[in-house]
Amino acid sequence: MNSVFVLSGLAVISLLAEVFSFKRYLFPLVLLGLLASAVLLVFDWNAGGSHFNNMLTFDNYAIAFSIVLSATAVLWFLLARKDLEANENITDHFALILFSVVGGVFMVSYTNLAMLFMGIEVLSICLYVLAGSNFKSIFSNEAAFKYFLMGSFATGFLLFGIALVFGATSSFDLTVVAAQVADGSANTGWLYAGILMLIIGLGFKISAVPFHFWAPDVYEGAPTPVTAFMSTIVKIAAFAAFYRLFSMSFGAVAAQWVDVVQVLTILTLLVSNITAVYQHNVKRMLAYSSVSHAGYLLISLVALNDISASAILYYVAAYAAATITAFTVLHAVEGREQDAVVDTFNGLVKRNPFLSFCMAVAMLSLAGIPPMAGFFGKYYLFTTAFESGYIGLVLVAVLTSLIGIYYYFRIIIAMYLKSTEKERIVAIPAYARIVLVVTVILTLLFGIFPDLLVGLL
Amino acid sequence: MLTLFLIFWPVLATLVFFALKRQDAKKWALAASLIELAIALVMVAGFNPAGGLQFEVNYPWIRSLGINFHLAIDGISMLLVLLTTVLTPLIILSSFKHEYDNANAFYSLVLLMEMALIGVFVALDGFLFYIFWEMALIPIYFICLRWGGVNRGPVTLKFFIYTLAGSLIMLVGLLYVYFQTPGDHSFNIQALYAAGQSLPVAEQGLVFWALFLAFAVKMPIFPFHTWQPDTYYTSPTPGTMLLSGIMLKMGIYGAIRWLLPVVPAGVDAWGSTALILSVIGIVYASLLAIMQKELKRLIAYSSIAHVGLIAAGVFTLEQTGLQGAMIQMFSHGIVIVGLFFIVDIILSRTSTQEIASLGGIRNNAPVFNTVFIIILLGSVALPLTSGFVGEFLLIKSVFEYNGASGTFAALTMIFSAVYMLRSFQNTMLGESNAITSIFSDLDQHEKWVLYPIVILVILIGVYPAPLLEMTEPAVADLLNAMGRN
Repeated sequence: MNSVFVLSGLAVISLLAEVFSFKRYLFPLVLLGLLASAVLLVFDWNAGGSHFNNMLTFDNYAIAFSIVLSATAVLWFLLARKDLEANENITDHFALILFSVVGGVFMVSYTNLAMLFMGIEVLSICLYVLAGSNFKSIFSNEAAFKYFLMGSFATGFLLFGIALVFGATSSFDLTVVAAQVADGSANTGWLYAGILMLIIGLGFKISAVPFHFWAPDVYEGAPTPVTAFMSTIVKIAAFAAFYRLFSMSFGAVAAQWVDVVQVLTILTLLVSNITAVYQHNVKRMLAYSSVSHAGYLLISLVALNDISASAILYYVAAYAAATITAFTVLHAVEGREQDAVVDTFNGLVKRNPFLSFCMAVAMLSLAGIPPMAGFFGKYYLFTTAFESGYIGLVLVAVLTSLIGIYYYFRIIIAMYLKSTEKERIVAIPAYARIVLVVTVILTLLFGIFPDLLVGLL
Repeated sequence: MLTLFLIFWPVLATLVFFALKRQDAKKWALAASLIELAIALVMVAGFNPAGGLQFEVNYPWIRSLGINFHLAIDGISMLLVLLTTVLTPLIILSSFKHEYDNANAFYSLVLLMEMALIGVFVALDGFLFYIFWEMALIPIYFICLRWGGVNRGPVTLKFFIYTLAGSLIMLVGLLYVYFQTPGDHSFNIQALYAAGQSLPVAEQGLVFWALFLAFAVKMPIFPFHTWQPDTYYTSPTPGTMLLSGIMLKMGIYGAIRWLLPVVPAGVDAWGSTALILSVIGIVYASLLAIMQKELKRLIAYSSIAHVGLIAAGVFTLEQTGLQGAMIQMFSHGIVIVGLFFIVDIILSRTSTQEIASLGGIRNNAPVFNTVFIIILLGSVALPLTSGFVGEFLLIKSVFEYNGASGTFAALTMIFSAVYMLRSFQNTMLGESNAITSIFSDLDQHEKWVLYPIVILVILIGVYPAPLLEMTEPAVADLLNAMGRN
């Protein structure tokens, strides 16, 4: 809980920084604050309690995912430093990002449906604004508007689902709902309808197919650092929230909803991977790739056994490291217009070998090639599916991994094979270099020593 | 302990590369690979063929999933480790005449590949085996992508996806068997053997095909061979040597260690199909080789043919067949590296490898001519060359298994004589023309590569006993593990 106070406090301080003019100290302060919140979370391990009348519970699941969110936020701030510096509204940006991280922490630690809604709203509203933060670009405005409309629509479904579950069990509290569902005293008609609505609402948030249509446009239109944020922190928080709700409360009636989620998984895997093959704009391709990773994560939700949570944690950590790497390199390579296509990466190995190495590691990790962490993440998810007997799902995932190789390797081929007239040596800002070194080391470290994260949950 | 050093020395050497950014990257790479060879020779000296698993190393790696960092060497692994460590210095030495831009990266990739290849041959944990198997793909992909020939983008991507498809299906198969291991599952090879053998026949059949596909793509066996000729052709010569000399042995080794004992009932059911596919491959590839007009492609197809025979020998499930496979793997590795180097020499001197435009090289390069014919005869399997020992044992075993298959398999000897001798005749003998009359004879570096190969071809042909004795107890143990013998 202390970490929530620290993060919210940081956000408020950011707003005050504008008034009291200490903008210069804001960046190091925010970094320290995020690191401090991560450390405070570590101290709460195995000792977390519930707060606000059992609305928030910091069990190990919540702590682990909050640490991932905080760490990713630290890396994000380093990645976005240069953009933020150039911006006049730096304090607003800082505040919005920090508030959305707080929303994310709520989303991974809630034990009350009202808190879930609050977390999602806090996270999303900040992002609706951030998506449109490049107000000179019409695509950014379009992205913000699309995100806002679709997101609000999705939240409507979510609220409808929460209301129906309340109607079925007369409680918002997850533990009470779980007890009622388990002993069958919940009104099944309303309960199942509510579960379906919740799947739809949360499906929008994790951009599962067929609720993903907002993702490519929003990711492409938003400024690249914001896309990086959406692609990592928002997706992690949303999926952790999805899994938390369904594993805590609806596990007993899994037979009713698991088929729906299975169909969603297969659709997500197939549609996203096949569509990504046709993308030339790199941000759109990364958007579809991000949708596909939501599909892989859904496999563990379908499996719903005692190693699922651990598999999700590991996968999400590997995914965050690789995605931050990819977006950092993308941000360094794309021009002012932020409309990089695959050809923009041509010959990068000659223009900046370090960047091309990092991008290659990121692409290999996202594609799932050992010894990068992405491979073990996928393997671990397959293990959870096997354990619950979903072998067919594993075969679909293997097939779509192969399709994935095609578009991830297109970038590698462009970097290493194609030549370009551009002689310009791509320069990397110093902070971005730190981010790249850290994320590449983490990708390799988690890949070679998975035991660091496996078995934590 | 020595095993650990064997695996991690190439990695250390690579890190030194990147730290120092030496201009003479190739000399350092050669030195590193020779040190690796020295370690391997020390291990061979201390190796006791009848002593089962030696030089064992076993650390827990991912405890909660029952995965250990478990390495050990028996006769089968020892032979292949020896092959890898002998070939790598030869491959590096053979690349000396080429100036590769960004040579640091090139030689680091070669050394990393050596590490992954040795890892495959000594891993005794299923997950670890898989990791090394996949890891071997990355260096060779980048070697072919960055330094390859025309059309390398699509060709290497096809190679990568094709091989990866097989590997992922193998992973599914391994996972299936892993989940049959009792209690807290384990990837230990003995546990996997027990679990696989306890499966009903129908399921063993499914697992057989899952595992076999990966090995069939890697070797390659007809009809999973379509990636090979283009990839061998487009790859730079050291890459082709790594692929044909060592990497395809991974497939055969995988079949011997990780397929036969894991699902013996499945092998009983489907082994004959695999054998027939291999024999079809022999004839098919040999006929295609006869029709080839370019040297590199001809040797690529000949490689498919020879590997088909080795695979057929493996699936006879007899001591003779398996030992023939072992010694033929060693011989094939050496001979094919020699052959590709010869093509490389011709290519670098005359800028062409089209047989029709060459001729009469013998007139200007007699030493090269002698070396070429000896290595070629090793490929054709003339008695007194290393190729003969292996092919004789293999054909004998396949013939005992099934007369018709044996006859077809034996055709490989006739066909290989046809295409190899014909190519030799058309490139080396006869009148020299404008391109070949300025063909200089072998220089120092080339001699250092080809003379050891020639010596090995003759030596193993005359005195194969050490290699055969090295592998005999291990092969017998493997057949025991399968429940035969």
